[in-house]
Amino acid sequence: MDSSYPLPVSLPPVFRDWFAARGWAIRRHQQELLDLAETGRSALLVAPTGAGKTLAGFLPPLIELYHELQGPPAERRRGLNTLYISPLKALAVDIARNLEAPSKEMRLGVRIETRTGDTPIEKRARQRRDPPDILLTTPEQLALLLSHKDAGDLFGGLRTIVLDELHAIENTKRGDLLALGLGRLASIAPRARRVGLSATVADPDRLRRYLVPQFVGHERMADLVVADTGAAPEVAILRTRERIPWAGHRGAYAMPDIMAAIKAVRSALLFVNTRSQAEASFQALWQMNDENLPIALHHGSLSVEQRRKVEQAMTLGKLRAVVCTSTLELGVDWGAIDLVIQLGAPKGSSRMMQRIGRSNHRLDEPSQALFVPTNRFEVLECVAAKQAVEEGIQDGDLPRPGGLDVLAQHVVGRGCAEPFDMDTLYEEITAAAPYAHLDRQTVERVVDFAATGGYALRRYEQYHKLERLADGRYTIASRKAAQQYRLNVGTIVEAPMIKLRSIRRGGKARGTGAAPQVTHVAGKPVGRAGFHIGEVEEWFIEQLRPGDTFLFAGQVWRFEGMAENEAYASKTEEKEPMVPSYMGGKFPLSTFLASRVRALLADPEQWRFLPGQVSWWLDLQRAKSSIPKAEQMLVETFPRGSRHYLACYPFEGRLAHQTLGMLLTQRLEKMRMRPMGFMANDYALTVWALGDMSRLDMHLLFSDEGVGDGLDAWMADSNLLKRTFRTCATIAGLIDRRHPGHEKTGRQMMVNSDLIYEVLGRHEPDHILLQATREDVSAGLLDLARMRQLLERIRPAGRILHRTLAQISPLAVPLMMEIGRESIGGEANEDLLAEVADEFMEILNG
Amino acid sequence: MAEAAAAGELATALVNGAGLVFDRSGAAWWPEERLLVVADLHFEKGSSFAARRGVLLPPYDTRETLARLEAACAVYRPKTVIALGDSFHDLGAAGRLGIDELASIRALTGGRDWYWIEGNHDPKPPENLGGWCVAMLACGPLTFRHLPQQGDQPGEVAGHLHPAARVTVRGRGLRRRCFVTDGSRLILPSFGAYTGGLDVRDPAFAGLLAPRFHAWMIGRDRVYPVASGKLS
Repeated sequence: MDSSYPLPVSLPPVFRDWFAARGWAIRRHQQELLDLAETGRSALLVAPTGAGKTLAGFLPPLIELYHELQGPPAERRRGLNTLYISPLKALAVDIARNLEAPSKEMRLGVRIETRTGDTPIEKRARQRRDPPDILLTTPEQLALLLSHKDAGDLFGGLRTIVLDELHAIENTKRGDLLALGLGRLASIAPRARRVGLSATVADPDRLRRYLVPQFVGHERMADLVVADTGAAPEVAILRTRERIPWAGHRGAYAMPDIMAAIKAVRSALLFVNTRSQAEASFQALWQMNDENLPIALHHGSLSVEQRRKVEQAMTLGKLRAVVCTSTLELGVDWGAIDLVIQLGAPKGSSRMMQRIGRSNHRLDEPSQALFVPTNRFEVLECVAAKQAVEEGIQDGDLPRPGGLDVLAQHVVGRGCAEPFDMDTLYEEITAAAPYAHLDRQTVERVVDFAATGGYALRRYEQYHKLERLADGRYTIASRKAAQQYRLNVGTIVEAPMIKLRSIRRGGKARGTGAAPQVTHVAGKPVGRAGFHIGEVEEWFIEQLRPGDTFLFAGQVWRFEGMAENEAYASKTEEKEPMVPSYMGGKFPLSTFLASRVRALLADPEQWRFLPGQVSWWLDLQRAKSSIPKAEQMLVETFPRGSRHYLACYPFEGRLAHQTLGMLLTQRLEKMRMRPMGFMANDYALTVWALGDMSRLDMHLLFSDEGVGDGLDAWMADSNLLKRTFRTCATIAGLIDRRHPGHEKTGRQMMVNSDLIYEVLGRHEPDHILLQATREDVSAGLLDLARMRQLLERIRPAGRILHRTLAQISPLAVPLMMEIGRESIGGEANEDLLAEVADEFMEILNG
Repeated sequence: MAEAAAAGELATALVNGAGLVFDRSGAAWWPEERLLVVADLHFEKGSSFAARRGVLLPPYDTRETLARLEAACAVYRPKTVIALGDSFHDLGAAGRLGIDELASIRALTGGRDWYWIEGNHDPKPPENLGGWCVAMLACGPLTFRHLPQQGDQPGEVAGHLHPAARVTVRGRGLRRRCFVTDGSRLILPSFGAYTGGLDVRDPAFAGLLAPRFHAWMIGRDRVYPVASGKLS
């Protein structure tokens, strides 16, 4: 963008002195960003943690503000100079603090403020009237600011937009929301430079496009600045004398070793992949914590106050270890962390590099990491990840198109700000990289949806949310509609959560099976009694019976019951919870890491990097069955009990395997094999059937032809689609978000999104929201693309290595152990219902 | 009878001596009287959200509910149909019905005896759609009304509560709409397309059923009887 504001190239003396006083020299990438700012160009800075990324981004605007504030007051420009957007509220607050220091020390007099959901209403109103020089905020707050009539005044004089942790947000729905906001800013403040700050990524060009406004037919990119990389991290894999389990994700065997590793350093972060893993490891560590080392727990379900307390203690260096999930993966610098321990599958090399980067924020010293596999398959993944991390190879993700649900939300916000016409809207939307290729007709359908619901049966003209003016422009129809938009802005739709409160153990006898009369548990109405422990997923609470025990916040609780949309639990002395709460990890195995795992498996030369018990396992597999070559997929068929099993090992991640499982069961059904169920994990898939599958044509079974036909039918009926629909419908504003504390009493007052999905699917299957849902499902969640890639990969002759075995193979053993623990979904629900009914029948007949 | 249910045939139960069939749609069928009962149709619930709250739900709930009702009538060919109240989601619902929906309702009420029982959502069901509006109705051993009455009410067939039940099998919770009966009283699931369920463990059900009752849970292909002790 040649027309942007130029900046003086030289560092003003006060800045030079400030650097010198700290013994710092300006780094190459910081200077390059200054040079680019001088020519007014937008830039993406790719730098590892600890490279002074933030300072690099803010140095140009600080210098500019310095010059401005030096000048005569009459000539001073008023209004927002720099807008900083972070995916994390806490990061915005932290960065503001870090900027205050140089600003104060150099007496720049720059006004720096944050704006988050926690900012008081009066302050927010004042910020719009009298904006600071630098505002640090989040994508949601930007959307809200843009939905006000004064957005033009507020942002009109904007000179720099800094986007932090861009890699973490760019390819997500929040990234879509931010991109649409940037598209709008491009027309309000066309001369503002954009600066993106990112960790190392596989495809920086995508981020460079994201940063700058796109014009149809003209792809444009921000300039790229790459900082010097620091020392390569040192990764070790846990060496243990213990037996590594075949299956499971608890890692109980490794806890003494992990404890020893924690004791050996001043401070450590123990990363796990799920909340329940965090709970379980935290509990296990404390059970052997004889020295009472300060070890804390941090995950997204804990109350905010609890999390802040842990973060503070960590910054002050008071903790020896924190067990955490991805909540501590991004952002704020937590001070000196000596060691990062990863318990469980790494899933991807980029994720691992991000996590490992949390240790040792000094560039010239290597970060230290320890990988701890929880089962034998994970050993292979850990070894592959270690190699990838040491070589510094990132695993890219597939780009997803911008979400139509997010667009629908943006369109309403756009109508709140001021009337818009279709041409301008289309131009702004396609300026955003994720929407650059969207056709105009789809945009019109989205506007129609935002206005009246977009139904073919035009029933809601009188209840419209956007009103069409006489000149054809659209504007928000009512204050109520604007309020509804502002309450529901954002793209993060959490699984429905329920507040968990602690109460004293109820007087009710256990196991009576009687109704959980929570209001009478303590002999009196519970009311507001009991302190708030945190939030738990609704599905989890729903499966509990009063008396069941479960882990939460590092403590075993006894579930007492529900009252008024809150769950009540009491503390117990029990050590082991009755209800395991492990759900398969959220993160899929990355494509890149999957191929490394396949290569490792295929090459016995490399097995020497594996622990003896694992290479012994693979040797046994080679003797009893086969080891596939890297480009091959192994399929084994064997009988077991009264069933026949088919096991295959694509190493494509659980989601892709689940999709493949759906497809295979359908095909097996057609082949009259009478499939009974399947089980998928990150590495393999096994299907069981009444028929003998050993003589099937495997190339036919795994054919990539007609994949869509079989899956469409399944998708139409799947829970995944329903869940995705719920997310899309919430983001698009069709259903209101639940605001904690404002739930309507009695859940029958709300229309369940599953019911809406079913009715809409039957009566208007082409509705834009269903289109958005299907796109979401096939773009990411279902990993359909990956399954197709797999089927293509194994299409050539010889790529499927089929072994017919008399009994289970060594590789299949872990799978058999997981069956029964994991569910099958769909059909299985019906079977389970039939099962209780059948039991009931026996009692009747007996 | 019960064996037939398990074998995937009709789900049949005795309510105060009357043999009733529980249909997957949520309707109950009384073969002896050729009588079909449905509860809580909630016509135009979707558009009421649009009118009152500006939430533009798909406006197809009424035609979906009607399609299910038409299908049930085509299967059982009832002489009499009883809609157990809350057939219309609010007093303005009838006024918001589309032409097609009006025609469907008139066709349904035209061919048989049709009773609209008054509910709390529709204390005055519209009179121009065919059928008779009544507060309650007694027929042999059964009494049909919207709100279940407190105390012992042998033969009461009611709606209003939208019963749903939950079972936990091998660590998994399953929740379904259900008929619920202790052999004396029957409460029907809601029939309307946008109607949710209330757990039979909710205090709202307290005192209405004997300690031991059965929830007839509506599965995809069948209606499954589950004893109260097995519910979670």
